[in-house]
Amino acid sequence: MSILINKGTRVMTQGITGKTGMFHTKMCKEYAFGADCFVAGVTPRKGGQAYEGIPIFDSVKEAKAQTGATVSVIYVPPPFAAAAIDEAVEAGVDLVICITEGIPVRDMIRTRYKMQGSKTRLIGPNCPGLITPDEIKIGIMPGHIHKKGPIGVVSRSGTLTYEAVGQLRELGLGQSSCVGIGGDPVNGMKHIDVLKLFNDDPATEAVIMVGEIGGSDEEQCARWIKEHMKKPVIGFIAGVTAPPGKRMGHAGAIISGGKGTAQEKLAVMEECGIKVTKNPAEMGKTLKSVL
Amino acid sequence: MKIHEYQAKEILRKFGVPTPRGVPCFSVEEAVAAGKTLGGNVAVVKAQIHAGGRGKGGGVKVAKSPAELESYARQIFGMQLVTHQTGAEGQKVRRLLVEEGADIRKELYVGMVVDRGTQRVALMASSEGGMDIEEVAAHTPEKIHTLFIDPVQGLRDDEADDVAAKIGVPAPLIPQARGLLQGLYRAFDETDASLAEINPMVITGDGRVVALDAKMNFDSNALYRHPDIVALRDLDEEDPNEIEASKHDLSYISLDGNIGCLVNGAGLAMATMDIVKLYGGNPANFLDVGGGATTEKVTEAFKLMLKNPNLKAILVNIFGGIMKCDVIAAGVVAAAREVKLSVPLVVRLEGTNVDLGKKILADSGLPIISAINMADAAAKVVAAARG
Repeated sequence: MSILINKGTRVMTQGITGKTGMFHTKMCKEYAFGADCFVAGVTPRKGGQAYEGIPIFDSVKEAKAQTGATVSVIYVPPPFAAAAIDEAVEAGVDLVICITEGIPVRDMIRTRYKMQGSKTRLIGPNCPGLITPDEIKIGIMPGHIHKKGPIGVVSRSGTLTYEAVGQLRELGLGQSSCVGIGGDPVNGMKHIDVLKLFNDDPATEAVIMVGEIGGSDEEQCARWIKEHMKKPVIGFIAGVTAPPGKRMGHAGAIISGGKGTAQEKLAVMEECGIKVTKNPAEMGKTLKSVL
Repeated sequence: MKIHEYQAKEILRKFGVPTPRGVPCFSVEEAVAAGKTLGGNVAVVKAQIHAGGRGKGGGVKVAKSPAELESYARQIFGMQLVTHQTGAEGQKVRRLLVEEGADIRKELYVGMVVDRGTQRVALMASSEGGMDIEEVAAHTPEKIHTLFIDPVQGLRDDEADDVAAKIGVPAPLIPQARGLLQGLYRAFDETDASLAEINPMVITGDGRVVALDAKMNFDSNALYRHPDIVALRDLDEEDPNEIEASKHDLSYISLDGNIGCLVNGAGLAMATMDIVKLYGGNPANFLDVGGGATTEKVTEAFKLMLKNPNLKAILVNIFGGIMKCDVIAAGVVAAAREVKLSVPLVVRLEGTNVDLGKKILADSGLPIISAINMADAAAKVVAAARG
């Protein structure tokens, strides 16, 4: 088992003919069962063409109808990416993963508004995607560092997730699924949404939750964990040394009005029974200590 | 992106938000002339810098005569204005705003930001105008009224009226306050703002509702569709290193330590600063080179860090995901040679072809200190910085 995706998942790539879309679709296709999983591409006005043997369609609706794909991954450039999400939502796709970084917040506010009441789940934008090791990877993470196992990983950051996975590997611990929820302030699934899925997933025994400065999603998630989580969770928050009022790379990583500090998040997480580490080199070790 | 008060007021006026009459000035002479143009007995001289807290720092003065206006303009123009947001060195005042005086009866607060929880624009309003809103939020949160705006309907009349009444706008002036609030929201929405604040919004003796101050920040991801706002950028107000970094598509923020950090990915870059601190060092910067740590980017990043006279050592921490470690190692070596690196360099590489990457570093003949993981890298760079 795993969460959200497995080897039976069928995926389309929106923006498959762009440089990024081509490169990563090829990498994903080459990973584990990728050749079975990646069944369609979407680029307006390029329907009828193919890339790496994957048929290209003009619209999400058509790609879904023709191939049965229920998941879409988006590499469309920022000015058009929110509209690409809207298209996937309107077509009734189950899960949309938006990799694109740099979408205006105003666009995302409208997209999220339109998604109210919809069954479609969104991961991202500005995220590395997600992976169920040895089955399927959807996104830009390096597949080879992962291996199948009992640990769930959820994070707002890409390379810091790889760091956590790398540490788990050193300790011989594999992963059930790893989800990068992205670094934007207005996005789809939050830590709490992913934790709920890990809680219900029989293959997941413990979870690493990686957060960063900005917003209060980690605190909200921590409170939920205290009440409902049946499995051990350990946490790390990046940005203890980040100065206030500065955007630390990610659009959402900013301490504003004294809110969203790492210290505040760590304190709430500890209060809620989550074992936290202030040392990013000890995420794996900390997880192992709670097993 | 930030802009000056006078620029924010120009934008707000286009959306029907009433502001005092005023003239932006780039010299004392212009300020004196502006006083004459405005007429009247009272004028306000306001330092234009991007930081808040200007009044407390002595950057805002009310002049009751032309002579006083000139004297204040001389005092403020060119001064190093220190506020709680500038740091100890302050910010040089290069622009002034000279405005007509206002007969203030009541000072209120209105502001807008994007609320992450509800994923909507939040309107915050308070009867406690003119104060630091963070202080109000900390001590008397019940005095802040928050409303989340529907992105399709916008700020409705009844919502605006309700908020205005709650913060103490007298009944006959509520239609004016409504106009101001709706104008503020339209300005926020149509310009892709990330923050818009009027503090204070005042009620005047002659029964007008006016934006006495104005602050606007903009979403940098949306600037591509607002060339008019990009034109308002004032590079004098920004860190020269951060400007240089943005030209090379590097995400860089200056800090006050002595260990330069070069990392791929924002989260890992923050975590690298954190671990340097945890091991007893002090990071000199945040620097995210992004997914592709190319020779060109690493070279520019080294150049930027080496501009800091306090720099004692550099830590390169790269988790080579899709990018192979040998390619990154070759880039680091080439960059270190090009800039003739003068401080100890600790490199931690992880990912594909890591052994090949380490061999390239070792064979380069450069005094590169190789680290096996993040903890090892932090310990080594902190030791190297101590000399």
